[in-house]
Amino acid sequence: MAARLRIAGLGLGLAALLALPRLLPVYFTHLLILTLIYGLSGMGLDILLGYTGLTSFGHAAYFGMAAYTVGVLTTRFHLAMPPAMLAGIVAAALLAAAFGLLATRTTRVYFIIITLALGMGLWGLAYRWVSVTGGDNGLPGIPPLDLGFAWPRRDVTGLYRFVLAVFGGVAFLLYRFVHSPFGLTLRGIRESESRMRMLGFYTWLHTYVAFIVAGTVAGVAGVLYAAYNGFVSPPDLHITASAEQVLVVILGGAGTLFGPLLGAGLVVFLRNLVSAYTHRWMLILGTIFILTVLYAPQGVLGGIRAVLARRRPPLPPPAAVPAGEAVHQAAEATREGT
Amino acid sequence: MQFWIAQTLNGLSFGALLFLLASGLSLIFGLMRIVNIAHGSYYLLGAYVAISVVRATGSFLLAVVTAAAVLAAIGVVMQRLFLARFYRQELAQVLLTMGFTFVFADLTLLLWGGDPQRLSVPPLLARAVPIGPVFFPAYRLAVMLVGATVALLLWLVQEKTRIGAVVRAAVDDQEMARGLGINVGPLLTGMFALGAALAGFGGVMGAPFLGAYPGADSDVLPLAFAVVIIGGLGSLKGALVGSALVGVLDNLGKALFPELSYFTLFVPMAVILAIRPTGLFGRT
Repeated sequence: MAARLRIAGLGLGLAALLALPRLLPVYFTHLLILTLIYGLSGMGLDILLGYTGLTSFGHAAYFGMAAYTVGVLTTRFHLAMPPAMLAGIVAAALLAAAFGLLATRTTRVYFIIITLALGMGLWGLAYRWVSVTGGDNGLPGIPPLDLGFAWPRRDVTGLYRFVLAVFGGVAFLLYRFVHSPFGLTLRGIRESESRMRMLGFYTWLHTYVAFIVAGTVAGVAGVLYAAYNGFVSPPDLHITASAEQVLVVILGGAGTLFGPLLGAGLVVFLRNLVSAYTHRWMLILGTIFILTVLYAPQGVLGGIRAVLARRRPPLPPPAAVPAGEAVHQAAEATREGT
Repeated sequence: MQFWIAQTLNGLSFGALLFLLASGLSLIFGLMRIVNIAHGSYYLLGAYVAISVVRATGSFLLAVVTAAAVLAAIGVVMQRLFLARFYRQELAQVLLTMGFTFVFADLTLLLWGGDPQRLSVPPLLARAVPIGPVFFPAYRLAVMLVGATVALLLWLVQEKTRIGAVVRAAVDDQEMARGLGINVGPLLTGMFALGAALAGFGGVMGAPFLGAYPGADSDVLPLAFAVVIIGGLGSLKGALVGSALVGVLDNLGKALFPELSYFTLFVPMAVILAIRPTGLFGRT
């Protein structure tokens, strides 16, 4: 029953997303594309943050690595967009495989600062390695995505449908991923790594794979961004971008698959609304961070689920633990009695 | 030879600056398990406050005192009103300090504008001193001296005084310390304020040669993080060794591979992480 309801809801949501560009001005289609891209990247981060209980503060690095790979390959080596985009996804996955080796040796606070530092290291590369990345000026002139049969980039609605199709495909795979035994193991690790290890699970490998999956999904979002925006620059992988990704996940609801999409929508639309009136977006973003932690630690979807859970006690839905709390619990459980 | 001496000295003076930041970061972590993302903002705020004070009064000393006092006050407010409510909830604390980072970044942009600004070197130190074959700016030597003095003072307080013993007890086992009648609350606030003041002081000392500009906060924060990753979180000795290492490596990187400089720094960090995940002097 619940599963059927969920599928019906998903179908309805997809139909609405398909129909939206016909109903709204073109400007909103642009915002919807950005929402899908950042939402997709956020769903990747949620695999780590929400499902495994590890907070990565360098998620924009994989997003940016993919976008920069597309930029370098198309502008400096004149490669066509489709192979460049594939290469971008592979590059993001490889970067995640490399950074993941270091980051997954640690947990909790160390994990946060290591992912942050590694991410900023990549930012430094994008900012200073001028001969390849164009430095502060970034890489303009990424060609439009031309798949040969349907989607010229000038047509925003066409690109929107392409992004939506990719989003739908990846979301489906992620749905299968988090509901697989592997995904359940990740949740077990979030709740108590030591117990999972005692039960015979190779917890490090699970965490490491989750890290690579998260980075690869960010890579998919990154190549879509390069195709949409036609331009990459260092702010795309700055710590501010990584922090926005974390906010997207927390705001939507960590540990819920579609929460990040909601969070991305809130952030993208709010930023554009606010930018029409004031230049103080950073101030508002910071305030949202603080208010979210103080008043809505479960995010929007997490809050809704908590209300639903209270209404029907015999059917506990998948736990939407506020991420901070989950980390806290995991910490308590694994803490050696020093 | 000249090159190596000059670059090493440059690196050590930058390391002294990093120590002012990283020691506070490390102390705060050791006591409260808080990773303070806003630490870079404290550094930038310190630099800006100092620039304004020097512009108004012309006194470098007054600028140091004011910046440290302002940052200590900000630290008290942040710790008391916000962070203390989220004891041991690491993600909540990180997100809070991240939010403050954005707020501070925008406020400093609003108050001091977007153009890079530089604090003039105090006239007494505005000259070069011969060291072997190189002439070295006296101000940078003074920064090294200040860093060493702060390190010595912190060590003396931590190891030789009653307050230091109380702090060490609280670091080791906070519940037990509470049980022994130590009032941990004000201690945490005090240490947080001290860390913030040190970072602000670092900003003042760095302003004459690094300048103050939007983005300096997030430029310097990963370096401070690299220091504590290399040295080990919560360890004063680690912060000292880590700062010297990161300072020298960063300078050599800038001189030898200017295009890859920021990135080269993260290679030794990765190596140390691979061998010792908790850093050189960190506890496992």
